[in-house]
Amino acid sequence: MLIAASLAALVLLAVVGVVAGGREITHRLVHAGCAVASIALLIGGLTHLGAGPGGSPAIVLPLGLPWMAAHFRLDNLSALFMVVVDLAAAAASIYGIGYCRHLPQVRRVTPFFPLFLFGMNAVLLADDAFMFLVSWEFMSLASWLMVLSDHKSAENRHAAVIYLVMAAFGTFCLLTSFGLMAGAGGAYTFAAMRQAELAAVPAFLVVLMAVLGAGSKAGLVPLHVWLPLAHPAAPSHVSALMSGVMTKVALYGLIRILFDLHGEVPWEWGAALMVIGGVSAVLGVLYALFQDDLKRLLAYSTVENVGVAVIGLGLGIAFKDAGEPALAALALVGGLYHIVNHSIFKTLLFLAAGAVISATGERRLSGLGGLLNRMPWTGTAALIGAAAISALPPLNGFVSEWLILQALFKGPGLPHWAMKFGVPVVGAMLALAGALAATCFVRAYGIVFLGRPRSLAAAQADLHPTPASMRWTMAVLALLCILLGALPVTVTDALSAVVQPMTGMHFAVSADLGWPWLSPVSSTRGSYSGTMLVMVGTALFAIAVVLAHGLGTRRVRRADAWDCGHREDIPETQYTGQSFSQPLRRVFGGSVFLARETVEMPEPGERSPARLSVRMIDPVWVGLYDPIVRAINFIADRVNRMQFLTVRGYLLMMFSTLVFMLLVVAWRQQP
Amino acid sequence: MGAGQISYDVAHLIGATVLMAGLQLLYQRRLFAVINTFAFQALALAAAAGWQAHVQDAPHLYVTAGIALVFKAMIVPFALHWLIEKLGIHRSVETAMSIGWTMMAGVALVALSILLVLPVTANAAALTRESLALAMSVVLIGLLMMITRRNAVTQVVGFMALENGLILAAVSAKGMPLVVEISVAFSVLVAMTLFGIFFFRIRERFDTLDINDVETYRGDRQ
Amino acid sequence: MIELLIEVAQVFLVVALAPLVTGWVRLVKARLQGRIGASPIQPYRDLYRLLQQEAVVAHSASWLFRAAPYVTFSAVWLAAVLIPTFTTDLVLAPAADLIALVALLGVARFWTALAGMDVGTAFGGLGASREMLIASLAEPAMLMVTFSLSLVSGSTAPSQIIAFVLSGSVGIEVSMGLALAALVMVAVAENGRIPIDNPSTHLELTMVHEAMVLEYSGRHLALMEAAGMVRLTLFLALIGALFAPWGIAQPGAGATEMALGLGVFLAKSFALASALAVFETGIAKMRVFRYADFLGGALLLGLLATIFLYVSEAV
Repeated sequence: MLIAASLAALVLLAVVGVVAGGREITHRLVHAGCAVASIALLIGGLTHLGAGPGGSPAIVLPLGLPWMAAHFRLDNLSALFMVVVDLAAAAASIYGIGYCRHLPQVRRVTPFFPLFLFGMNAVLLADDAFMFLVSWEFMSLASWLMVLSDHKSAENRHAAVIYLVMAAFGTFCLLTSFGLMAGAGGAYTFAAMRQAELAAVPAFLVVLMAVLGAGSKAGLVPLHVWLPLAHPAAPSHVSALMSGVMTKVALYGLIRILFDLHGEVPWEWGAALMVIGGVSAVLGVLYALFQDDLKRLLAYSTVENVGVAVIGLGLGIAFKDAGEPALAALALVGGLYHIVNHSIFKTLLFLAAGAVISATGERRLSGLGGLLNRMPWTGTAALIGAAAISALPPLNGFVSEWLILQALFKGPGLPHWAMKFGVPVVGAMLALAGALAATCFVRAYGIVFLGRPRSLAAAQADLHPTPASMRWTMAVLALLCILLGALPVTVTDALSAVVQPMTGMHFAVSADLGWPWLSPVSSTRGSYSGTMLVMVGTALFAIAVVLAHGLGTRRVRRADAWDCGHREDIPETQYTGQSFSQPLRRVFGGSVFLARETVEMPEPGERSPARLSVRMIDPVWVGLYDPIVRAINFIADRVNRMQFLTVRGYLLMMFSTLVFMLLVVAWRQQP
Repeated sequence: MGAGQISYDVAHLIGATVLMAGLQLLYQRRLFAVINTFAFQALALAAAAGWQAHVQDAPHLYVTAGIALVFKAMIVPFALHWLIEKLGIHRSVETAMSIGWTMMAGVALVALSILLVLPVTANAAALTRESLALAMSVVLIGLLMMITRRNAVTQVVGFMALENGLILAAVSAKGMPLVVEISVAFSVLVAMTLFGIFFFRIRERFDTLDINDVETYRGDRQ
Repeated sequence: MIELLIEVAQVFLVVALAPLVTGWVRLVKARLQGRIGASPIQPYRDLYRLLQQEAVVAHSASWLFRAAPYVTFSAVWLAAVLIPTFTTDLVLAPAADLIALVALLGVARFWTALAGMDVGTAFGGLGASREMLIASLAEPAMLMVTFSLSLVSGSTAPSQIIAFVLSGSVGIEVSMGLALAALVMVAVAENGRIPIDNPSTHLELTMVHEAMVLEYSGRHLALMEAAGMVRLTLFLALIGALFAPWGIAQPGAGATEMALGLGVFLAKSFALASALAVFETGIAKMRVFRYADFLGGALLLGLLATIFLYVSEAV
């Protein structure tokens, strides 16, 4: 009831948003309304999760086409994702109350923001393919419109076009997947699809199309190309939702099809997903490492984190198919934990980026710096977010990565040789991605918040104080990063209940040692306790402070930076984002991105500066999309000629099509 | 777990040292370092043969060990050192593929040989499987070295590392006659001599040892 | 009660020992280079002297700069507490396994690198950038070592691995050898020793770790230096415990075995420290862009260690 009312309220708010016009107060009201509705939905999701396993009965509503009723249902999986979506949505909405004041194009955002939230929640609640796809399109189109909100910039228009193409492609794939599951009978409800028996080829196609469709929305390599363009183009609180949450809704679609509707996915798909996930993780973070645009960096890092979560899902499939439900549950809990975590810290980081951009008007790393002194709230919250996304204990990002690694370490026990050899390689990729993520965020955080300001705007950031609503949202999200890391057992217990119907077995990660120890597999296998680490770590920290202050002096003197005696006041002498990632560009750039560095030195005696220019090529774009675009252009040219045929020519075409169809029918009727 | 197990373990450890030396060959950037590493590999090979002679109680394997020690670990490296200095060959390794990628390819080849050996010898004891996998990896890495390194000297070293792999396989399997090893050893010597002559000839004609230049002359490249 | 005492001893043992081990390495190196060298307890005096000096903080530094030494030190300390030294019977041992240990060292590195960038000097950024380059390959290598150890022993917890090795059910595994080689390479890199970094250099262009802590002074510098010493001792203890665990006291051991364990631990630490000094004396520092080959090699060795287990039927 609460949920239905909130969803209705969101639609209503969208209408209000349309008529809002130029008055600032209405925009703030709409965002506040969205916040209230999301919090209501969040409570709805949480209460359902707390109530234990089992879904609510399906609700049939006479919506949509006259002969097709709309089915809705809330089970543990959708409740979990509802919590994920609406937690971030509530944060983004509250943040939006203060943020929309700084937004010039706010009139083109406000109407669609509630619709976007509505679409995401409706996808989670849908219990039939029709409602699912319609809501999916709501989500896509609303976000697309917001990507286009700042349509004056050519870059954004380009991003919007690519996004639209990829979204259409994704929906098409999902439509095919659902269509194959529904079969000729057209049983479009999820309940009927669960019962359906599929032959080998359609079963293969169902999974393939689901992976392509959901993968393109989630940003898996090589379908990620739209993501780093589109996510940063939207206003920051929308970017936060697109990156932090919409990718998760896509993963929800993947999980729903692979673990619920389809049910029996063979292990080869698990292996394929693990490889895709591993490649996405490594490539995503490498892309992120070389970005100069703060928001694009965050978007690429989303590709990485989605990859990490997908490794967990793929491993879950492989274990499930091999008859290891406990290990499958462990891998899935790890994957879902990472989904929850990423939605929190990515939202936090995007909101922090939004605060930085609205205070300085600058989103290039090379124009920022020294903001921790000028924006202490944002800086501190972003520090926690950066540490969490770098998978550092005792924060939440580490716990999920630890769980996935623990599951991976059991992977060589799988019976297939491909997995025995593949698992260590994927393990190495995951480890590499984790370490590179830390490098990436040391770079991003260090360049943006530390050091000396690299531009006047950054130096004067304290002239534009961050509104309280934005500050508090970030503080709460940062606190959640700490809590989810310090109390991991609470989270895994809830996730175990969600995973139970997917693996058919109840498995608690903390079963062996009890609270607060995580001990997957068994107590001698290796265990972790964020709670203990926090307690002991704090004690040691206190001892260190007391020792250092007790044995020595507490005096502090402020002075100029020493810098090995090179006294200078030019902030340009600092390391920049480009120079920070230069060693890694040398290591990975040459082979992965075909990076070429050219140095133009002036002739001796000339006064012109030397220039270092770097050219990097996106291998996915050049290798995959350019040929496709060329092929499409080629075909389009050919098809174009058909517009100028004679009447007889058109008749011939129709006739041959008819004969072809008849032949197909005749062939199909053979016993 | 017994005395037999330990002797197997030691044999494998020595075999793994040979393999490690093979991977080290791929890692080196200096010609002298390559040759020293090769000498080390031959030394490990001699140890492997000696250990097998001790374990299998097969005195003829001591001869194999001796051949490896004297020819491969001493004479050949000295000869190559001498050649390089005599010919004034450029001292750095010229790579056709970066070190990092070659190393990755090397590890992939090891994985491949493990994958190949396992099903073939499913019934054999773990001892044979492990030795075979090791030997095959060494052979493949030798081949890789020949493919990815341009300089003729490194190609010779790659070829001889390949031979080392074959001998490692021969000493690990029981009952391999001595003839095989001697012939292998001799073929190496012959190859050495041939390559030595080749160096002089190539040098005389092209004033370089870069295979690329030879190919250009042949018309393979423009 | 006795458990608590053991735990407290464990907490302070490594920290108390770390300067001595560092001093020992310096002494052995000095002797090898034909110098007399300072007394091995010189690092204690250095740390105490630094604590007495006032801390100078640059104008442009933020609160992070002042917090980082404490966080770095306590993160490394926490990691050291979790490694079994003289006994495996530790109350806190289940709190973290080897994966968490790697990540705890990552926390220290994260803060040190950020602190290096905080003042906004060229050297700080240079150090941070290089340190993260090293870490981004060394950390996965160490995780792969953990992977292969967990395959051999069925556990990622150091105490369980030690118990497994001591039980004698593992022979001389090729994989263990490969893992040891990889771990040694990682240890060299993580501690900034030759050939990766030179701990005693102050030549700007060759330093990595020193460049990050260049702006520190007084008690902040003392903590940073102490963190480095603890990390070195931690790695020596880890290598000694995992690959040569003989003599370590098992659960249920009496006072004699504890004392023996302590003696063996000290002997192992100083033996490994001497080996490090010999190694460092005999080798030259490598170029920055060779790090990737070196550490990539360590990563591949770790991977190889895992794959090799399939041949020896350990899985």
